[in-house]
Amino acid sequence: MIRILSILVGLFFSLALLWSLGKGAASFISEPPAATVEQAFHKPPRELRLASDGLFGTFDKQQLQRGFQVYDEVCKACHSLRLVAFRDLKALGYNDDEVKAIAAKYQVPGVDPNTGEANTRPGRPTDFFPQPFANDIAARAANNNAIPPDLSLMTKARHDGAAYVYSLLTGFQEQPAALLKQFPDARTPAGLHYNPYFANLNLAMAPPLTADGQVTYKDGTRSTVDQMSRDVAAFLVWTAEPKLEKRKQTGWPVLGFLLFATILGNLAYRNIWRDMKH
Amino acid sequence: MSFPWANHYNPQHPFMKWMDEKLPVPRLVYNAVGSGYPVPRNLNYWWNFGFMALACLGIQIVTGVILAMHYAANGLVAFDSVEHIMRDVNWGWMLRYAHANGASAFFVVIYIHIFRGFFFGSYKAPREMVWLLGVVIFLLMMATAFMGYVLPWGQMSFWGAKVITGLFSAIPLVGEPLQQWLLGGFAPDNAALNRFFSLHYLLPFVIVGVVVLHIWALHIPGSSNPTGVEVKSESDTVPFYPYFIAKDGWTLGAFLFIYCAVLFFAPNMLGHPDNYIPANPMSTPAHIVPEWYFWPFYAILRAFTADFFFIPAKLMGVLAMFSAILVWFFLPWLDRSPVRSGWYRPMFKWFFAVLCIDVLVLGYCGGSPAAEPFVMISQIASVYYFMHFLIILPIISSIEQPLPLPFSITEAVLGKDETAASGAVAA
Ligand code: HEC
Ligand code: HEM
Repeated sequence: MIRILSILVGLFFSLALLWSLGKGAASFISEPPAATVEQAFHKPPRELRLASDGLFGTFDKQQLQRGFQVYDEVCKACHSLRLVAFRDLKALGYNDDEVKAIAAKYQVPGVDPNTGEANTRPGRPTDFFPQPFANDIAARAANNNAIPPDLSLMTKARHDGAAYVYSLLTGFQEQPAALLKQFPDARTPAGLHYNPYFANLNLAMAPPLTADGQVTYKDGTRSTVDQMSRDVAAFLVWTAEPKLEKRKQTGWPVLGFLLFATILGNLAYRNIWRDMKH
Repeated sequence: MSFPWANHYNPQHPFMKWMDEKLPVPRLVYNAVGSGYPVPRNLNYWWNFGFMALACLGIQIVTGVILAMHYAANGLVAFDSVEHIMRDVNWGWMLRYAHANGASAFFVVIYIHIFRGFFFGSYKAPREMVWLLGVVIFLLMMATAFMGYVLPWGQMSFWGAKVITGLFSAIPLVGEPLQQWLLGGFAPDNAALNRFFSLHYLLPFVIVGVVVLHIWALHIPGSSNPTGVEVKSESDTVPFYPYFIAKDGWTLGAFLFIYCAVLFFAPNMLGHPDNYIPANPMSTPAHIVPEWYFWPFYAILRAFTADFFFIPAKLMGVLAMFSAILVWFFLPWLDRSPVRSGWYRPMFKWFFAVLCIDVLVLGYCGGSPAAEPFVMISQIASVYYFMHFLIILPIISSIEQPLPLPFSITEAVLGKDETAASGAVAA
């Protein structure tokens, strides 16, 4: 009885599925899905190698400082870094006074101690990086109706994040003629910028890094657009995962211990089962 | 219960004697996982995964309870409280990665545990209850994992919650009110987040309870074994301690090694980047996908694209998705072959192999965008899935000619069994 019921239920699901399959196949043949412009022209990120990659990777603090400089001089105009506090910058090798000086350059929300009115005051090391815009409406108004996202977690919030940021920053270009030929309707709307690494190919961010030497690096590294893009990507790997080094450094002894314990355990196991065929 | 030749607990030390009279916990341990519990000597490594699952449950509870000390279940701060754990709490990053990857590890282990059962016929009498409780555990695990994934309140948390609770709205008449009742609103919000947290904290302890029953029920007939031939005599078994403690112990070490390798060196490998974007009801992610361990069932859900007679496609998908797991409850009565182990079932063996590939294909499709060719592939794979359990197993179990079984476990291991020989002489 139960087997007859079960075969009936099985047939019910199978037929319903075949019905869906048939209908799907029919429409697939009658109107094959056309390739979209994103499918045809979106590119996977370019390769980027960083010191923090790999099983033994550690941060290149010089590079992080350069990357911070790019953020500080360019990106902060539009992007916040709200999960990072100024004091965290000590991990990049800045000393207390330098951190204080950096914090003081930023205006953070405050309260007038005499009147209680909201105002702004220079940042302190315990403050977090402030928002560049008063609110989302202001952010949209200034950015062609797009909100510049917070960058703290950017490299973890995209596939292959660091390479993505690097590719995006170096990927601004003219819309290819082939694209317009194939998809005449896909012309980049006014105010947006063509970038094949962005998911829908047109983004509201104007190319932020446009000229070599836009930032004058304190360590004297030549600041090409490519170099600045790499550095800021590396910096954003740190903001997204400040515990990356500690994580890998902890991992090795843990794995070493587990390997040792497993080998001992295996020897004990062999010893115990020595005379027991199984 | 145990076999008559099981060692007996016999405390020597006065304190242990005293304890045995007042609260015989040592006796319980001795009889459950000590020398007092005889286990088939021929269990292979597939039998180690139950113990690993137990370890996973322990890891999830310990890391989870500590995470809960720092987490805040409020839509405004949940995302940031998780980042606070990652950045400011001492070893918080390790706890969180251990918990997130622990869930994945748990499911890897449990899927192997379940497929071990499929292949070796562990669900058959006299272990039906062990199996049924196992399926209950699996359902509880899925509910727990789903609600846990909502807690960080990222984009996938929010949209996953929306899609999955939206499934209830497919139920005729009561669907919409039911969905709103479950969520405490029209869309996932603070009310939903709070109750999910509450339940996410509760369910693991319910699982602990069902696991106790699971193991209790197992210890009545005792473990099955790769030959599927029941234990007959003392030479078929070894005491759990030290034999299986040693085996479970070293394989647990190997498991922890792999788990920690992922935890420390690729902790986001199995997660979705979108969940590092705070939940935003105004912006729908391009592809909403659940965690990888739901992919096969998600593929089945999405495979129903056309209304079937008067049943809307969405309702069909929901019915099928739940049925895909619920059929496991009926397995002991669908597969009527008297032979347990797939080793001795020449037809079943092949269908089992196809099922394994089929589920992997379903998983792959479930993680891919809902576009061709993935939809068509998941339709074909879903047909096989249902056919396998509901049609193929009932039929082959009556037409298949099983291979000859060994007389006993001892014979299978040693090539001969004295009892068998003497039995033959007597007859
Ligand atoms: C003039 C304002 C402005 C500046 C300066 C700026 N951005 Fe942007 N950025 C935007 C806007 C607006 C968006 C949103 C684009 C969209 O969604 O179409 C954006 C988006 C992004 C994104 C996310 C793209 C995605 O996948 O969603 C990244 C990464 C990014 N910016 C990096 C940077 C970096 C690094 C810098 C500094 C070198 C920088 N931006 C400087 C305005 C700016
Ligand atoms: C929290 C999750 C679970 C835990 C901790 C757990 C634990 C265990 C343990 C310790 C054993 C004995 C060792 C072994 O045979 O591997 C076992 C056996 C078994 N489990 Fe589970 N289990 C869990 C989930 C499940 C699920 C989801 C199923 C099936 C749907 C299942 C089905 C079985 C069966 C059938 C056996 C008996 C195997 C045999 O003797 O052949 N278990 N379980």
